[in-house]
Amino acid sequence: MLAILYKEISGFFSSLVAYITIAAFLIVTGLFLFVFPESSILDYGYAGLDSFFNIAPYIFMFLIPAITMRSLAEERKDGTFELLATRPITEWDIVIGKFLASVAIVLLTLIPTLIYYFSVYQLGVIKGNVDTGAVIGSYIGLLLLGSAFVSLGLFASSLGKNQVIAFTIAVFLCFFFFSGFDSISQILSFQSVSSYLMAIGINQHYQSISRGVLDTRDLVYFLSFSAVFLLFTKTILGGRKW
Amino acid sequence: MSISVSNLTKDYGKHTALNGISFEASAGKVLGFLGPNGAGKSTTMKILTCFIPQTSGKASVCGFDVVEAPLDVRRVIGYLPEHNPLYLEMYVKEALGFICDIHKIANKQERIKEVIELTGLDNEQFKKIGALSKGYRQRVGLAQAILPDPQVLILDEPTSGLDPNQVVGIRSLIRKLGKTKTVILSTHIMQEVEAVCDHVIIINKGEIVANSDLNDLRSKYPDKSLEKIFITLTNSNQDGISGREAGLN
Repeated sequence: MLAILYKEISGFFSSLVAYITIAAFLIVTGLFLFVFPESSILDYGYAGLDSFFNIAPYIFMFLIPAITMRSLAEERKDGTFELLATRPITEWDIVIGKFLASVAIVLLTLIPTLIYYFSVYQLGVIKGNVDTGAVIGSYIGLLLLGSAFVSLGLFASSLGKNQVIAFTIAVFLCFFFFSGFDSISQILSFQSVSSYLMAIGINQHYQSISRGVLDTRDLVYFLSFSAVFLLFTKTILGGRKW
Repeated sequence: MSISVSNLTKDYGKHTALNGISFEASAGKVLGFLGPNGAGKSTTMKILTCFIPQTSGKASVCGFDVVEAPLDVRRVIGYLPEHNPLYLEMYVKEALGFICDIHKIANKQERIKEVIELTGLDNEQFKKIGALSKGYRQRVGLAQAILPDPQVLILDEPTSGLDPNQVVGIRSLIRKLGKTKTVILSTHIMQEVEAVCDHVIIINKGEIVANSDLNDLRSKYPDKSLEKIFITLTNSNQDGISGREAGLN
């Protein structure tokens, strides 16, 4: 498992994927936070990172599928999957190794954004007048959301050999699980079950953690969400044996 | 017996790729697996390396069953797949290091150095695999297969795409490895069988049509070259171009 993890991470850094992902994420969030007037912290007038945490899931929705789309689809297309599958490692080793490598890249994109927190901390009218608890909670929520998206992306990547299809399916799944259930719960005939429908979606749990309250229910939701999709991925990889 | 296969059958949907084949292979011999395209050579190898499961029958490597103990089987096997898939964006040494990590080989650097020498990759070891010619890529594939020092080597067309000098080098390497290990290699090239193999299995349409020592096969058909024996055995009820050629000769 560690061998796969190490190979994937060095692959991300030797193929520019990691650098471009990190740079794109920072540029887009930077523009939204400090340049674009509608979402700019400076115009908003409050020392908070809310607009960052509101925009980040939508950027991840495109960036994370871009990171994960090649991970399994390419192995299958090039036949290198046979190379891995005939070595003394299990399919779980392959799936978890690739999952953790992508999560590591997500973590690396988040770390530089601490500078946003630092800026806002310094800019407060009374220096340090920021809701630090909410920021910590939001970072944890963003990382959990990122790993849920990674598991969706890996699942999409395991479905076929075509990376573009993997990307498209992953973006759709991320969007659907993030806000699709919220929208469906608005449908009139689902009113009686609307709170359950919303609880299936990622957004509600993300918002809940973002308040700075780390509820075990949300934690369990995110961990089991990723686990379920990794299980699907592993099952599909084993599909050649059916 | 380090490899024993009994009554192995593999169906792909309605198409039967292997139809109840049985054979055995032991250490110290190079087993040549011969057959026309689509005869079931690669399928057998994929089953032996636990990449795909058989439909019925049994196969075991070094006493480990391929279905019940796949991890143990893969630990004792070195496999060079057909078409030699490689990570083209990796450096040669990096790729070998990755395989070492997977097998948890203790003295990694020494072993990599040894294998690089064995396969003649000295001048190419700092290049990216994608920048290598086909022959050198084949050597990298072979290096990856022999890296964990496996007891059983399964090589699917190991010399395809090599120039004559490289072919001679790889063949002598296979012979050397075959003295202590069990080697199974598949090929279409008859000269290769004569140069490398001790024992030959000819397979046609999923069934074994010949299974004997190379010398026995020669004495059974004394006035025929191996090529003609192959054509007679695999083309008997087929009216292909090569079949007619064989008839003319």
